[in-house]
Amino acid sequence: MSGFKVIQPGLFTLIQDAGRYGHHRIGLTTGGPLDANAFKWANRLLGNPLNCSILEVSIGGLVLEAEVSTYLVVTGAAMPLKINGQEQDRWHSHRVKPGDRIELGFSTQGARAYLAVSGGFRVAPRFGSSATVTREGIGGLCNGNKLQQGDYLPCNEQTTNKAFRLPEKHRPEYSDDISLRVITGYQQQAFSDADKRMFFSSEYKVTDRADRMGYRLAGPEVKPSIDGILSEGICHGAIQIPADGQPIVLLNDRQTIGGYPKIGSMISLDTARIAQLLPGAKVHFEEITIDDAHNLHCLAQAKFERTAMEALE
Amino acid sequence: MMQIEVAGENALIVYFGEKTAPSVSAKVQQAVSLLESELADKLIDLVPSYASLLVIYDLLACDHLEIKSTLRQLLGQLDNTTQNTGALITLPAYYSPESGPDLQDLAQRTGHSVGEVIQIHSQMEYRVYAIGFAPGFAYLGEVDPRIAAPRLSTPRQKVPKGAVAIADQQTAVYPAVSPGGWNLIGLCPTPMFDPDKSPTMPVQVGDRVRFKPINRDQYLELGGQL
Repeated sequence: MSGFKVIQPGLFTLIQDAGRYGHHRIGLTTGGPLDANAFKWANRLLGNPLNCSILEVSIGGLVLEAEVSTYLVVTGAAMPLKINGQEQDRWHSHRVKPGDRIELGFSTQGARAYLAVSGGFRVAPRFGSSATVTREGIGGLCNGNKLQQGDYLPCNEQTTNKAFRLPEKHRPEYSDDISLRVITGYQQQAFSDADKRMFFSSEYKVTDRADRMGYRLAGPEVKPSIDGILSEGICHGAIQIPADGQPIVLLNDRQTIGGYPKIGSMISLDTARIAQLLPGAKVHFEEITIDDAHNLHCLAQAKFERTAMEALE
Repeated sequence: MMQIEVAGENALIVYFGEKTAPSVSAKVQQAVSLLESELADKLIDLVPSYASLLVIYDLLACDHLEIKSTLRQLLGQLDNTTQNTGALITLPAYYSPESGPDLQDLAQRTGHSVGEVIQIHSQMEYRVYAIGFAPGFAYLGEVDPRIAAPRLSTPRQKVPKGAVAIADQQTAVYPAVSPGGWNLIGLCPTPMFDPDKSPTMPVQVGDRVRFKPINRDQYLELGGQL
């Protein structure tokens, strides 16, 4: 068996593929990468299919030892990458060989980095996906566990791969003061015009209750005219307002159904950005139409496909 | 009547009614099977619940206008008459103060004896209205108003697997150990979720459920744990 040995698992490192779909009906959530953009780039920079299993590293502190010859790339948050003690460029694929020590330090900007290898890690899918959902105990190497010291990450040997790098000008910046686009929907009628105006013109802060289930924010209270609703399906990015009037943006590991009123939903391009924020960061909301949201999504997809990578070697 | 709202960038939510009712739930069920076959590859996932259906679609395959008009067309003609289409599943339940730490308190609060609470809970036929919260957590309704009790003011950190519980007019069996604020009245030895089995759950949305009282010995014989 070839692969990588986990010397230090980091604070919170999870195996993720693009997510688990089609099983909401038995209560399984989506899982998958919080920052889908950095995730897709990690796979693309290795010429992988875009659904390959890779590591989502939150905050940092990961150390691996290679027992295989392959290529490796790190995208997402600015966690300094060292291979055998030498600092290396991120968004840039590197050849590694058995015995190499790969270190990801703590992030200086952003919260989630993605580490991928050629062909992805070989992880048996559960319900069609390797995505780790710790709350459900499903996915990853075993029972939804986060990465542990001593784990082994199996992957195939790959010595003839093409290596690529993404030019600096195309790499995202992770600011801690951002504007997030929201489509009003769901129970928006339960919110007064004054409350909606306040929601879309105020500053909110990311609290320390921010995780893969959702980001709880703090700021001016928004009060819907109803307390609760008959429990209903919650989509990715939905912004739920519980009784305390403080918004929660629901992310990949959210409950599939719930009974709090929702003012609308954040677009996925921006859930990827909010998930890069740490407690204390500032956010604003900007209202856009569903048509704008569709256009932005399609544009981003076209841009992703057309952005040229630089070939190496 | 049927109402369609935007939920998110690639999700619409269809409301079939405003209240919990078997006829509304039956419509949700009909809609699920219809959309699965008619939307097929444009569909990413469906979340049926009490009176609504969340439709998540592939944004690169179609847009909200197309999905909305398809939904209107397909779902406008669902029939109103079907009510109980699902299978009838019997779940054994060991009701006792030992297995249901809130049983006595619930009886006291609702002005009944423990025996009456057990009888009222087990004589009703429930419908599976929704599955969510956690894998395999089935929301069953509706509990007789005589024993409907609100959630505990302080949720428990750890509710045991198999706990039979009541919250307002809903009842459920906890599929795994988890935090929870429902009133615990017994234990069910039937596993509600097993990721290694097919099907993973003994019930699905739209099914009917009855609880059958069993004693301590029967509970242990059926594989229950205390």
